[in-house]
Amino acid sequence: MIKQRPRVVERPEGYVGEGFFATNIEKVIGIARANSIWPLPFATSCCGIEFMATMGANYDLARFGAERLSFSPRQADLLMVMGTIAKKMAPVLRQVYEQMAEPKWVIAVGACASSGGIFDTYAVLQGIDKVIPVDVYVPGCPPRPEQIIDGVMKIQELVKNESLRRRQSEEYRHLLASYKID
Amino acid sequence: MQALTQQLVLDRIKDHFPEAIQDVSEPYGLLTLEVTKREVLPIMTFLRDDPELNFGFLTDLCGVHYPDQHQRELGVIYHLHSLVNNIRIRLKTFFSEAAPVIPTATKLFSAANWMERETYDFYGIKFEGHPDLRRILNVDDMDYFPMRKEYRLEDGTRTDKDDRYFGR
Repeated sequence: MIKQRPRVVERPEGYVGEGFFATNIEKVIGIARANSIWPLPFATSCCGIEFMATMGANYDLARFGAERLSFSPRQADLLMVMGTIAKKMAPVLRQVYEQMAEPKWVIAVGACASSGGIFDTYAVLQGIDKVIPVDVYVPGCPPRPEQIIDGVMKIQELVKNESLRRRQSEEYRHLLASYKID
Repeated sequence: MQALTQQLVLDRIKDHFPEAIQDVSEPYGLLTLEVTKREVLPIMTFLRDDPELNFGFLTDLCGVHYPDQHQRELGVIYHLHSLVNNIRIRLKTFFSEAAPVIPTATKLFSAANWMERETYDFYGIKFEGHPDLRRILNVDDMDYFPMRKEYRLEDGTRTDKDDRYFGR
C-alpha cells in the first residue's frame, strides 16, 4: 500500500539549511492569504445556486482553503458576486464592497454580474464593474461549478503574487478614485 | 334574486352615466368600457357603492401608451372585481401625452396607492391627490419613464453588447 503524503502547499523559493529556511516575507504572506480566503457570497440568482453546488461535497471549495464563508463584509477577503444586479441593488453592492477591509478581491461570476447578461434593459446594471473594480470574471450562464473553482483559483494566483505594497500604490488609489471610492 | 349579468351591469352604468361611455367591447368575455377621464372616478364610486353591483375589489390598475393615437396617447386601465357576484369589469380611459394628469383612485381603493406609483414610475402619469407619488420599482434618480415607447428598452450605459445577439 502506497502511503500518500497529505497534500500541502509547495514551499516558496528560498534558502534551506539545517534548521532554518529563509525566504521572502511577501511570498509567505501571499501563500498564506491565497490558501485561506474567506469569501463573501453575494448571490442573487441562478449563479448562486451553482455556487451552492460548488460549496457542496462534490466540488468542495473547502479544498482551496475557502471553507469559511463570511457573511460579514468586514471579515471577508473575496466578494463573490453571483447573479443579476439590478440598478436598485447597485448601491447596496457598492456599500458591501466599501465595508470590506483591505486587501480585498472581487470575482464576477456569470454573464449577468460580468456584463448584464441577457438582461439588456434599463433596469439592470450592465456589469458590476460599472460600480466596483473586478479582479476575475467567470463566463457562463450559469457557469458550472468547475468554472467557478477555476475563477477562484485565478483569484488565488492573484493573491499569491500580489505585492504587499499594491494597496498603497498610486495606481491602486487611482483605480479606486475612478470608482469614486475612498 | 336574478343573477347579475354583464348586460345588467352595462345597463346600470348607462342609466347613471349616459354621457360617459365612449366604447363598449367584450374581448375574451371581459366587459370593457372606455370612458371619459372626467367620469372614471364617479363610475368606479358607483360600481363600488351600489349595493347590487358591489365591485369592492380593485384587482389591477396600470398604464398604457399608444404613441399613434393622436391626443389619446396615454391611458389608465382599471380592473374591478365584484366578489359577491363574481363578475369582473375593465375601465379604460385615454388622455393626451401633453397633459398626463388624472385624479387618484386612492380615496376609493387603498390598493390603488402602489399601483398608481408603479404607473407613474413607468409612464409618467401623474395622479392628482395621490398621498405619496414617488417611483416605486426603478431607481430614484432615473430621469425618464421607461415604458413609454419613445425610449429604448436597452440600457444606455451598455458597452459590450452586440445587437445581433439580441435579435435586433
